[in-house]
Amino acid sequence: MSTTTDEIIKEKSWTEMPDERGHFANFGGAFVAETLMAPIAELVKAYEHYKNDPDFIAEFDHDLAHYVGRPSPLYFAEAWTKRLGGAQIYLKREDLNHTGAHKVNNTVGQALLAKKMGKTRVIAETGAGQHGVATATVAARLGMDCVVYMGEEDIRRQTSNVYRMRLLGAEVVPVYSGSKTLKDALNEALRDWVTNVDDTFYIIGTVAGPHPYPMLVRDFQSIIGREAREQILEQAGRLPDQLIACVGGGSNAIGLFYPFLNDAEVKLTGVEGAGEGIETGKHAAPLCAGQSGVLHGNRTYLMEDKDGQIIETHCISAGLDYPGVGPEHAWLKDVGRAEYVAINDKEALQGFHDLTRIEGIIPALESSHALAYTSKIAPAMKKDQIIIVNLSGRGDKDIHTVAEIEGIKV
Amino acid sequence: MSRLENTFKALKQNSKKALIPFVTAGDPNPEVTVPLLHSMVKAGANVIELGVPFSDPMAEGPIIQAACERALKHNIGLDDVFAMVKAFRQDDDETPIVLMGYLNPIEVKGYDNFAKLASEAGVDGIITVDMPPDEAEKYNLAFHAFGLDTIYLVAPTSTPDRIEKICRNSRGFVYYVSLKGVTGVAHIDTDSIAEKVSQIRAQTDMPVGVGFGIKDAESALAVAKVADAVIVGSEIVKRVAEFANNPAEMQQSIAELLTSMRNAIDNYK
Repeated sequence: MSTTTDEIIKEKSWTEMPDERGHFANFGGAFVAETLMAPIAELVKAYEHYKNDPDFIAEFDHDLAHYVGRPSPLYFAEAWTKRLGGAQIYLKREDLNHTGAHKVNNTVGQALLAKKMGKTRVIAETGAGQHGVATATVAARLGMDCVVYMGEEDIRRQTSNVYRMRLLGAEVVPVYSGSKTLKDALNEALRDWVTNVDDTFYIIGTVAGPHPYPMLVRDFQSIIGREAREQILEQAGRLPDQLIACVGGGSNAIGLFYPFLNDAEVKLTGVEGAGEGIETGKHAAPLCAGQSGVLHGNRTYLMEDKDGQIIETHCISAGLDYPGVGPEHAWLKDVGRAEYVAINDKEALQGFHDLTRIEGIIPALESSHALAYTSKIAPAMKKDQIIIVNLSGRGDKDIHTVAEIEGIKV
Repeated sequence: MSRLENTFKALKQNSKKALIPFVTAGDPNPEVTVPLLHSMVKAGANVIELGVPFSDPMAEGPIIQAACERALKHNIGLDDVFAMVKAFRQDDDETPIVLMGYLNPIEVKGYDNFAKLASEAGVDGIITVDMPPDEAEKYNLAFHAFGLDTIYLVAPTSTPDRIEKICRNSRGFVYYVSLKGVTGVAHIDTDSIAEKVSQIRAQTDMPVGVGFGIKDAESALAVAKVADAVIVGSEIVKRVAEFANNPAEMQQSIAELLTSMRNAIDNYK
């Protein structure tokens, strides 16, 4: 394993991972109950076939263009750049996608795969509800049964997304176990999949879970970085100096980073949720302050206690509120190709307001973490330097959260 | 020879089948566990399967999930489980104890350190639900070096080459999970169990245990007719929950269940 990593570092070819069993050096893999080994093998086989199938690729591209609305713009945030007085800031506008976030790139891809595999039922886990909505959306379009698992606590906090999923015809199943949040919803979805492997496709929402999910979700989300790379070359005539994206499970970040991995001069920065502050222990930053462990089918960095129990995370943004992170990020951190930092709730809120007032774009609280970090570092950078920030989602879903925190009745 | 080998050998010589009850360590509180284990042995258990509580038990149904949550209220970790096994061993040096749990607590200890501590405590075997043999090279080396038996699960969805791989990596016995899905739900199908068990026997001479869905003397007997060991989990954990506040009644209720199963599987011809 280590020789592979050494070779990759030497050759500067960072896009070769994972290996055929889904390892990113020490991370990743497929740590699942035996019952799931067969459906996982079936999925690996199907994906290996379809990812090179011209019809599949054409259908996926067609859906991204006509249903999702791609390519999403790369927008030069001139006013915000001026305000910060340093590097030029471009925003990759995933917030303009159908359903309002990057999540749909992946659900379109996985649902298409499900259809090709002859599955008639899709299931998903969701935290804030964005991935659940994106899954219910594609299931409605393909006429598939859809069940979304959501922690009871999250259902209470995200009533409008719950209603949206139900409007789309999905059954939203409350999860009462554990901390009643995203990780427990994922457990419950895995339990469903174990029970209904014959007709069911599990659409995982991020680059976590057992192999091949981290690879497959990355591949579907890489459209973000492929477009951004082309767009910046066209608009600025050169590659950016730095990419910045928020990291919960890490799918929008890996989607932006992956097509730039072999551009050694481009710095990659993932921004985790520091919640109430790393030093308080109440955060969602496993890469910055966690340790290696195994959860939800892969080895990665986790938030855990001394006994290896998974601990509750804290973050203002439900989409970052996850105790693990995609194994490719764990690997990119360990080999030093990407850096990971954390932004606390207060800073993220400031980022939310800044972009709203200065650019007239209401960002998702998740993306606001990336924006807040940008405003920390951009002023000290040179004016000819370029940053691309992934604006992974729009903030309409968050206005009630923000209003509540600020004591405003909407 | 390991305790598991001894136990299965002795049973075989007497033409008997093993009865293996499961409880979660520390459920509903840490004081209950060791006396309960002794009482289960008295009622006819041949091997104890002791659950290590985990915050995210992905393959369990609601009954065992709840058991984990009750135990975790008392912060039961691996060190507490080892202490319970040690305490059990003071009065019983024969009955094998197999730990069943998830990988992350073992990862945190480190494979070698875990294996050393488990073996010192008197643990005999390890079942780790989310550790397939495919990922288990270092894990097997560490555990086998300390004389711990690695027990792997076969599922209804396991293909013949997977069954071969599972048998090759298993020590002690092979565990057939007789249902798709999570623990503690649905009914068993004895014909399909018989078929899968014979596929397993084609690959190994090791004993084959069957678990998932066994809840009374009748289902225990049905399984005993084709397998070497009958594993009972959710039905026992249900009784732990029902008599959470009365350990004496809990022991009695579980002993009655095990005795009825013991009689059924010993008396068939």
